[in-house]
Amino acid sequence: MKPHPFDYVRADTVDEVVDILAEHSDAARVLAGGQSLLAMLNLRLLEPEVLIDINRIAELSEIREVGGKVEVGAAVTQNRLMVWPGVKEKLPLLAAALPFVGHFQTRNKGTVCGSVAHNDPSSEIPLSLALLQGEVVLRSHRGTRAVPAREFQVGMLTTARKPDEFVTAVRFPVQTTRRVAFREVARRHGDFAIIAVGAIADGTRVSFGVGGMAGRPAVREITAGGDLVDTINALAWELEGYEDQHASSRMRRDLLRRVGPAVIEEALQCAG
Amino acid sequence: MRRVGRDQRSRVTVKLNGRNVSAEAEPRMLLSDFIRQALGATGTHVGCEHGVCGCCTVLLDGVAVRSCLTLAMQADGREIATVESLAGAGGALNALQQAFRKNHALQCGFCTPGILMSFTDFLRRNPKPSEAEVIEVLSGHICRCTGYAGIIAAVLEAAGSMQSTVGEKP
Repeated sequence: MKPHPFDYVRADTVDEVVDILAEHSDAARVLAGGQSLLAMLNLRLLEPEVLIDINRIAELSEIREVGGKVEVGAAVTQNRLMVWPGVKEKLPLLAAALPFVGHFQTRNKGTVCGSVAHNDPSSEIPLSLALLQGEVVLRSHRGTRAVPAREFQVGMLTTARKPDEFVTAVRFPVQTTRRVAFREVARRHGDFAIIAVGAIADGTRVSFGVGGMAGRPAVREITAGGDLVDTINALAWELEGYEDQHASSRMRRDLLRRVGPAVIEEALQCAG
Repeated sequence: MRRVGRDQRSRVTVKLNGRNVSAEAEPRMLLSDFIRQALGATGTHVGCEHGVCGCCTVLLDGVAVRSCLTLAMQADGREIATVESLAGAGGALNALQQAFRKNHALQCGFCTPGILMSFTDFLRRNPKPSEAEVIEVLSGHICRCTGYAGIIAAVLEAAGSMQSTVGEKP
């Protein structure tokens, strides 16, 4: 289908974006890569009055390291972060997760921040951000604030972003361990994950993250040596797993029981 | 800042397959429709219109993207390459197209323009792909005729033949 009519604004500066958002609030949407937004417009799931294109704002297309964090600007595509020279060394979890994000063709345009702002419960980048305890930088005419991932991610497609704010960057802490594992189950490589699972091992402690089960990514700290099967089974019951056309709750819980312990073991067995 | 109202039309200028062309578009016009309807290049096909099938894939500044998930406005001042750019003088098929023909990599051909453009980008970046890498990129397309095996064989063969045209002869 075709989108409902809207006004198009191509912003040249962040201030212009902020001004238009202050004026139109909820009726305006920021267009970054558009790989989720334009699909939703085409399906008429969204009918914004104004679309603000931020792709030509130079200051938003940077990847830089600031104070032990890698800051990724709102116009940086997923494929650009994937080939960023520091990604394997500094963000090994993301290096493992990014190949699962959509397809080669959608990663060419889809942005890292757009995925975080969209907050699909099965998305790999929001899950990685939660696992790495990163933060989201929001800007409005009231100023700039950085919100921890756990506070930003409220629920299914819902975030702490106020209607007049937009995501200018996300910050991923540089990892101190390279012992990571990431896997997901999908109908076709690149499709929405039925479940996605990531793990970061540090000594005998493992940060374990699950996407695709609840409204937002779930992260738990697990100590190696306990009964993993029991721990993951309890987590599967706690998260329940939602129902959609791809899988039932029961299938999601079962997939987590099968994939979860394997991913934790994989991270623990990685060489540092 | 450039602002175009929902009822306004604005001129969009692109370099399509090496030629500067322009036409009017309204804000909600998709790049796929702009290429086909405004510019008349109908080699690019439109399938699902939500980024799943890959039929409409074109190169935007050399990079494979879904033209149905891009607005015509966003392409203003940029370069677009479509399937029409691939064949040489007199319609001579390029190495990738020839390999598709030889390996039965198409039947009805509806999905083919998008697949050809994806691999045009991909093989430039990765001239010696493994079969697994080819399959990963192909996962961004849906073909209902071939069962994919012919497409994978064609891409691998084309990658091999493109290799042999550069460097020294054995």
